[in-house]
Amino acid sequence: MTPLLQIKNLQAEIAGKKILHGVNLDIGKGEVHAIMGPNGSGKSTLSYVLAGKPDYDVTGGEVLLDGANILDMAADERAAAGLFLAFQYPLEIPGVTTMTFLRAALNAQRKKRGEPELSSPEILRRVRTEAEKLGIDPEMLRRPVNVGFSGGEKKRAETLQMSLLEPRVCVLDETDSGLDIDALKVVADGVNRLRSPDRSMIVITHYQRLLDYIVPDVVHVFSKGHIVRTGGKELALELEANGYAEYVEEAA
Amino acid sequence: MAAVQETVDHVRRIDVEQYKYGFETKIESEKAPKGLSEDIVRYISAKKEEPEWMLEWRLEAYRRWLNMREPNWARVDYPPIDYQDLYYYSAPKKRPTLNSLDEVDPEILKTYEKLGIPLQEQEVLAGVVGADGRPKVAVDAVFDSVSIATTYKEELAKAGVIFMPISEALREYPDLVRKYLGSVVPSTDNFFATLNSAVFSDGSFVYVPEGVRCPMELSTYFRINEEKTGQFERTLIIADKGAYVSYLEGCTAPKRDENQLHAAVVELVALDDAEIKYSTVQNWYPGDADGKGGIYNFVTKRGDCRGANAKIAWTQVETGSAITWKYPSCILRGDNSSGEFYSIAISSGRQQVDSGTKMIHLGKNTTSRIISKGISAGRSENTYRGLVSAHQKATGARNFTNCDSLLIGEECGAHTVPYIEARNASTQFEHEATTSKISEEMLFYCMQRGLSSEEAVALVVNGFVSDVLQQLPMEFAVEAQKLISISLEGSVG
Ligand SMILES: Nc1ncnc2c1ncn2[C@@H]1O[C@H](COP(=O)(O)OP(=O)(O)OP(=O)(O)O)[C@@H](O)[C@H]1O
Ligand SMILES: [Mg+2]
Repeated sequence: MTPLLQIKNLQAEIAGKKILHGVNLDIGKGEVHAIMGPNGSGKSTLSYVLAGKPDYDVTGGEVLLDGANILDMAADERAAAGLFLAFQYPLEIPGVTTMTFLRAALNAQRKKRGEPELSSPEILRRVRTEAEKLGIDPEMLRRPVNVGFSGGEKKRAETLQMSLLEPRVCVLDETDSGLDIDALKVVADGVNRLRSPDRSMIVITHYQRLLDYIVPDVVHVFSKGHIVRTGGKELALELEANGYAEYVEEAA
Repeated sequence: MAAVQETVDHVRRIDVEQYKYGFETKIESEKAPKGLSEDIVRYISAKKEEPEWMLEWRLEAYRRWLNMREPNWARVDYPPIDYQDLYYYSAPKKRPTLNSLDEVDPEILKTYEKLGIPLQEQEVLAGVVGADGRPKVAVDAVFDSVSIATTYKEELAKAGVIFMPISEALREYPDLVRKYLGSVVPSTDNFFATLNSAVFSDGSFVYVPEGVRCPMELSTYFRINEEKTGQFERTLIIADKGAYVSYLEGCTAPKRDENQLHAAVVELVALDDAEIKYSTVQNWYPGDADGKGGIYNFVTKRGDCRGANAKIAWTQVETGSAITWKYPSCILRGDNSSGEFYSIAISSGRQQVDSGTKMIHLGKNTTSRIISKGISAGRSENTYRGLVSAHQKATGARNFTNCDSLLIGEECGAHTVPYIEARNASTQFEHEATTSKISEEMLFYCMQRGLSSEEAVALVVNGFVSDVLQQLPMEFAVEAQKLISISLEGSVG
């Protein structure tokens, strides 16, 4: 079976500075891959390039979603094709309520996929159901997107968006940062509910603790713009104990 | 609100290239010959069967205007206007007196349908408070210069509210009109207001008697439709002691090649404890991609809080016109009176906007509030110009001003020109201003969630202006959101 997401020798730069130096990664349907690595190694860059952020120049390689190259697609087309990025730093949109945003996003995607749009009451119902599971106060849905949300609330809100949009590939960039211990469990449960044989995930994190809840099939070590080691979930424990020193050396 | 989605859908459905409402209705009209002279002023006055004093008032204004100069301090640039090359009067040829919308010329109804504001729908909307509890809306439809359909007159009459074309009010309530006309914007006020005083064609007159809360929102849809017809609306609204009225004005205009001059005057008078809310959605034709052929909009709007505790609020959404020169203002004469100005001014293409407000504090403990949101795209120029002043006797006067500008693209300009004059030490004036570029990060975030770049811009902009949109009545807010998206179409690359 061809992997759902294939990243082949991906190279990218920003402002003339090369950040990704040939990333290779295959993710099969239903698999969860964790990516760990030191600060500044290019993990977020990888997630932005996958999502199609305009600031980045792809200088080589391919990204295939279900066998089709997505690098020529605009960010919104990739989203409609099922790629979701939970941002490390979610953006604030003043004056636009979370509910409005969710409705606009869901229907925009559905329209692009040729699916019928959903009525406002139907969307409201879905959002409420997911929000409740994630312990999100319905009052928050009336507030502008991420404005004044605490760090943890923002991460919950990202998880809510992901649950509602039901993507095929989820990229979670440090979704655990800023969460307290209880919130971590709630968010991890939310992510686990989304695990399915048809959906794949990339979970970027600095902490093995998250991987106790979201148990990955594969763990990658990322350093200086590419993957330097791949292993099973025990690799995370090893990293926790020894740090990245040896990989930073190796990659250099 | 579903409005953003609705906006986006609406934009999709409208398949016209640049200006979406660019079509022309074929109705024969009756015109005065081109040009301006004493004879034309007399012709207009005679057509309207006006009392002698009104003709004298117009003539006096005309003579004064001859010696006035067009102002040039605004940050707008346009070729000289040839005032002798314009028509100053035009009325639909068939000029029926109608009481019901059914009797309206079907051509006109079609026009409104194309605009997405069919009168029938308005009628439904305006019907007796429905199951959904919506307020009623009375439409005094002004087509070109003459009002041709007036609805809900009876219900208003029951409440004692007078709402009619000003030409009719001049015949039916001459004393009332005479008492207030020109009392806020004197015929000597400025070049355009003086011109308006001489040649104004029609407009609305509203009088809400003492203690009466007007039972419905009053609304008028203006439309310029006659080639080279200067449009000189004159509106006068009086809220007597303790009265309340909310007035909505909205307009769109057909596409054309000639520049069209629009110089309206609106006067509001609020006596003791009275309140007037005046909301506008302005969408005159802005001209083609090079800025050719758009409307020149030189408007004088002013409210007078003539009594204690009076309150006047202006809310405007300005998206159209090639040139906008407009400063809805409040004279805070009564003690404890208050004035508000909420504005969204959007410019794109080659549009030039110079707009803002004046808050003149004359009474004690008067307060004013200004929230202005300017959005510039394309190669447009958008200027906020505001004056806040306090007279010596205006002790305890307070103002809060917030001016935010949003830039879309690299070639547009945003300017903020605040003037502050405080003649006594007890005033408290606060001014906040920000200028920001539309954030690429924010747009990417929206696009990652599935919105196209245009949908993302519309969403972010609607968020940027939400404080002001909230001030508009519901139906108007939805209309305004649509206009905002439509007017920014094509402004992202
Ligand atoms: N606009 C930019 N111009 C120049 N360098 C940039 C720019 N944006 C990012 N970088 C650099 O790219 C490198 C990779 O950053 P990235 O955010 O991908 O790291 P990361 O692995 O996600 O780190 P962290 O674990 O801290 O989140 C960093 O050195 C960063 O400074
Ligand atoms: Mg990062």
